[in-house]
Amino acid sequence: MFNYQRLLSNQKVLQYAILAVIILVILPLSMDIFRLNLIGKYLSFAFVALGLVLAWGYGGILSLGQGIFFGVGGYGMAMFLKLEASSPANTAIQSTPGIPDFMDWNQITELPWFWEPFHHLSFTIAAILIVPAIFAYIIGVAMFKRRVGGVYFAIITQAIASILTILIIGQQGYTGGVNGITDLRTLLGWDIRTDTAKYVFYYLNAGLLFLCLFISAFILKSKFGRLLVAMREREDRVRFSGYDVSNFKIFIFCLAAVFSAIGGAMFTLQVGFMSPSLIGVVPSIEMIIFCAVGGRLSILGAVYGCLLVNLAKTNLSESFPTLWLFAMGSLFIAIVMKFPEGLAGIIEHNIKPAIKGYLADKKNKAKGEIQAPLETEKRI
Amino acid sequence: MFSEYTANELTSIFVMQGFSGLILFSVFLLMALGLAIIFGQMGIINMAHGEFMILGAYVTYLTSELFLNYFPSLFSGYFFIAMALAFVACALLGAFIEWIMIRHLYNRPLDTLLATWGLSLIMQQAFRSIFGAREVGVTLPDWLMGSYPLNDTIDLPINGFFVMGLTTVITVGVYVLTQKTRFGKQTRAVVQNREMAGAVGINTERVDRFTYALGCGIAGIAGAAFTMIGSTGPTSGQQYIVDTFLVVVFGGVSSLLGTIAAAFSISQVQSIMEFFLTGSTAKVLTLLAVVFILMLRPQGLFALKVRR
Repeated sequence: MFNYQRLLSNQKVLQYAILAVIILVILPLSMDIFRLNLIGKYLSFAFVALGLVLAWGYGGILSLGQGIFFGVGGYGMAMFLKLEASSPANTAIQSTPGIPDFMDWNQITELPWFWEPFHHLSFTIAAILIVPAIFAYIIGVAMFKRRVGGVYFAIITQAIASILTILIIGQQGYTGGVNGITDLRTLLGWDIRTDTAKYVFYYLNAGLLFLCLFISAFILKSKFGRLLVAMREREDRVRFSGYDVSNFKIFIFCLAAVFSAIGGAMFTLQVGFMSPSLIGVVPSIEMIIFCAVGGRLSILGAVYGCLLVNLAKTNLSESFPTLWLFAMGSLFIAIVMKFPEGLAGIIEHNIKPAIKGYLADKKNKAKGEIQAPLETEKRI
Repeated sequence: MFSEYTANELTSIFVMQGFSGLILFSVFLLMALGLAIIFGQMGIINMAHGEFMILGAYVTYLTSELFLNYFPSLFSGYFFIAMALAFVACALLGAFIEWIMIRHLYNRPLDTLLATWGLSLIMQQAFRSIFGAREVGVTLPDWLMGSYPLNDTIDLPINGFFVMGLTTVITVGVYVLTQKTRFGKQTRAVVQNREMAGAVGINTERVDRFTYALGCGIAGIAGAAFTMIGSTGPTSGQQYIVDTFLVVVFGGVSSLLGTIAAAFSISQVQSIMEFFLTGSTAKVLTLLAVVFILMLRPQGLFALKVRR
């Protein structure tokens, strides 16, 4: 028994090591900085997908509004960078120097109060981590304490994502409107548009991603992780056993929100802008497909899912723009109907047994015995 | 915000905005009816509902072009044929989708949501490939054009009256169908207890397919009505889907009266506020209010008590 567990954890270590080698060594060595920057962008979505694995795959909470939290993180970082980029010296030609350019275009003459604290990096980082958690907490308390779940939760989070988008687009003077917050230049006086900065952010992003992966793995391994699975399968029984189900749900939803916000902030740093097109209904659902392709029960799968779907999207929409939506739609349907556990499920249930069967076959042949081929396990 | 208007002007504003709110209400209700049937009766989240509506709109567009080019003499009546065609096209596609996709996903409501979202992406791209990305508009026959002047300051568009009449007819039809006919009884039986309904000899699979097809068909009619008040593009459906789901959930699932009340209140509030505030603020406030109420009262305005 001990040996078996030991083997399993060795296998896990190997899986993490492979991902680390791919992200930290192979990808940076094999492509130029432009492509690597794109990969960094995809990996910032992996934070959201990771949160979705926890909330949806393990907690059974399908949030169609993870874009909200991605947006909160992204906009928080963008506001800080924008304020730095619009120092009075840089914006001397405006009618009101010292405020972001889009405010000036919208005849706003004073920095709004909620922009003020974003002059400080420490506040910005705190806000990126805390605001989404509070937001998620409020939504979570309102919904889970009343035992609203499943479909209703999905629809309401989707509505909130839609509200936030309309609000941001409508309040152009305060938020930059449809274009979002663009033209970000420096972080504490350090130019973020250089190649060096892009490498630094790529590795910072990868480091944070692995940190979040380890946190998730730790949580799933703990008693709390077992409870999450139990809740997803038979919520009533967990409740009857004396646990307060809603608190667990609220916690996991808040954690997913914070992960998404970190991803959003890293997105802004790497791509150099933030816009409502990344937080609305459509991107929020796209983030779910990243998670579903990788496998909703696999935290490493979320990262692979993000990379694969986004690479496919970039390549397909570059060469066959009309095909992309067909491919994406079919992917949704195929994953849901045939492979609910995504790539990780295919590897776990089809490829691994096949390899094992193949190895066993070889062994038997070496012994000179003839045996019926091992049937791979069929999953519904 | 009222001070700069005279009493007379205020009345006119309220009447006209109220009337445009009624038109919005009709379209909301038509869309929500189909969705309420599918979601309320079957528990399926049909994210492709907006695309079914747009399919109906495109069918109407094609019919109008056909009549304009080949039977100009019959043009004034084309709309009724277009509506029937839209209904049939959407219902057939709906039945096909149910057979190929949805029936494998009962008991997995969250997965139907994702699968139908995939379907909606495919349909959108199909519309774009066939009809082009540009929005198309239909030519209305003369008797639907123009407006009816109530007095000097109030003008009411005639197609608005038509949309409202249509909505009334369809709503009554749905009510009769679900409450008074054999099919409606079977549907409700399946909703309330699938195993028992099957045990007493109802073909639940057939009921499911008819229900889904009916919901999609009504979406097609909604699309036909939609062409009278707006132009049709490949992604027009997506703009309405969030609102429509809110209407259904706000009204209380599987309650026809609730759906009507929810569609009415949301559209009226939004339409009247739109005049005084900007369109986006009005929409944000309306949706926020709905979400807030739903958080306090998750079962919606009118909840049907069902033993699960």
